[in-house]
Amino acid sequence: MSPIEGTLLQLNSVAGAFWEIVALTFRVTGTATLISAALGIPAGALLGLSKFAGRRFIVTSIYTGMGLPPVVVGLAVYLTLSRSGPLGVMEWLFTPWAMVVAQVIISFPLVAGLTMTAIEALDPDLRLQLRSLGAGRRQEVAAMLGEAREGVVAAVVAGFGGIISEVGAAMLVGGNIESQTRVLSTAIVLETRRGFFGLALGLGGALLGMAFMVNFIFLRLQGRGRWPVR
Amino acid sequence: MAGAIDDPIYHARGLRKVYGKRCVLDVEALEVRRGEVLAIIGPNGAGKSTLLRLLNFLEPASSGDLTFLGQKAKYPVPLAMRRQVTMVFQRPILLHGSVWQNVAYPLRIRKIKAGGSIDDMLGKLELSALSETSVHELSGGEFQRVALARALVLRPRVLLLDEPAANLDPQNVEKIEAIIRTIRREGHTTVVLVTHRVEQARRLADRTALLIDGSFIEIAETTRFFTQSEDPRAAAFVQGQMIY
Repeated sequence: MSPIEGTLLQLNSVAGAFWEIVALTFRVTGTATLISAALGIPAGALLGLSKFAGRRFIVTSIYTGMGLPPVVVGLAVYLTLSRSGPLGVMEWLFTPWAMVVAQVIISFPLVAGLTMTAIEALDPDLRLQLRSLGAGRRQEVAAMLGEAREGVVAAVVAGFGGIISEVGAAMLVGGNIESQTRVLSTAIVLETRRGFFGLALGLGGALLGMAFMVNFIFLRLQGRGRWPVR
Repeated sequence: MAGAIDDPIYHARGLRKVYGKRCVLDVEALEVRRGEVLAIIGPNGAGKSTLLRLLNFLEPASSGDLTFLGQKAKYPVPLAMRRQVTMVFQRPILLHGSVWQNVAYPLRIRKIKAGGSIDDMLGKLELSALSETSVHELSGGEFQRVALARALVLRPRVLLLDEPAANLDPQNVEKIEAIIRTIRREGHTTVVLVTHRVEQARRLADRTALLIDGSFIEIAETTRFFTQSEDPRAAAFVQGQMIY
């Protein structure tokens, strides 16, 4: 039996579980990306457009957060959600929610930091121009995010990229429990350890395909006009 | 078409703007009359653009009073007051999208549906054929005219123009000037025009003012300004002599 045939056989034998893993990966990473974008884009816009006391400290913290090792985040979330931890009462440890929390912590600084950078890269006169045209505060921010949308979409893509393939946090706080918290990245680790390299490669291919598909959709959004054609 | 002197649209007293320790604007008194075209000329760094930003309520003065239509401008200036004034910047910035979308923007943020007025404005500025063109494909003159159309589509009470014809060829300068003449004739919109082109002020303005080092040296009816300047620096400026 060739290695490819072996892989196909293994994939066939775990087909049901495979789709379960793919679906959970989508759910966990998708939810974390949405939450990170919902929090990170406004935070990045605020930091890019405002000057206030403590801003420099926040920006430094965000830049530091952009390089947070996932396994450290996983450890912190683990300790926080463990039975004796401050949020242990929620009983989220070893559930997909714990994985979402960890992934949001990893992804948020990337989205916020890169959104801020994209806003800061705009022409400083743009804001005055918008104000001069009668834009209110919210309209001003919306228009500036629209003008910086390439950078903002890139920020969300970076946030998504930072969590879709991470293993450390997912393994620590999810526990890689079959049918409950097993996602593509942790499944790859498991199958590699078990010596099922073909299956691990197949899962790796699925992970890559998923990342490619999501990034393709993001990039389509990046190029799209903001307003409906009249 | 100069408006009533006793009914100014702007009234400024002791208006000063200081950046750090540097005073860039120090206007003892200025009145802008309803419906007039007021040209402000002066050398680089005289404070012309700063004055326009104050008149557009984009930033507060460091001291002094600015009254608009009898109402004192207090920061943050209410949106309703701000929306009566608009400015075309020296280096205007258009938003991503088509010419039509850009001209529609000020109406869109006011939730006004007025496709007809957009088309009319594009026609007036000879931009109808470019309506669906992306702003990234425009020439310098077209770009400037789109910015002007975007400002005018609102029929603002005040239009502030910061060097609207800078770096344009004579043909485009003529088009811009024709629009300003039309605005002047219609009389609804007051225009404050900052220009380096002394002759442009002579051609377009009801009154002309010379600003040097942040202070007005002379403000007079345009004909008088160009023929009987009281201040020798104004006379020298008109004659193209270096005075600064």
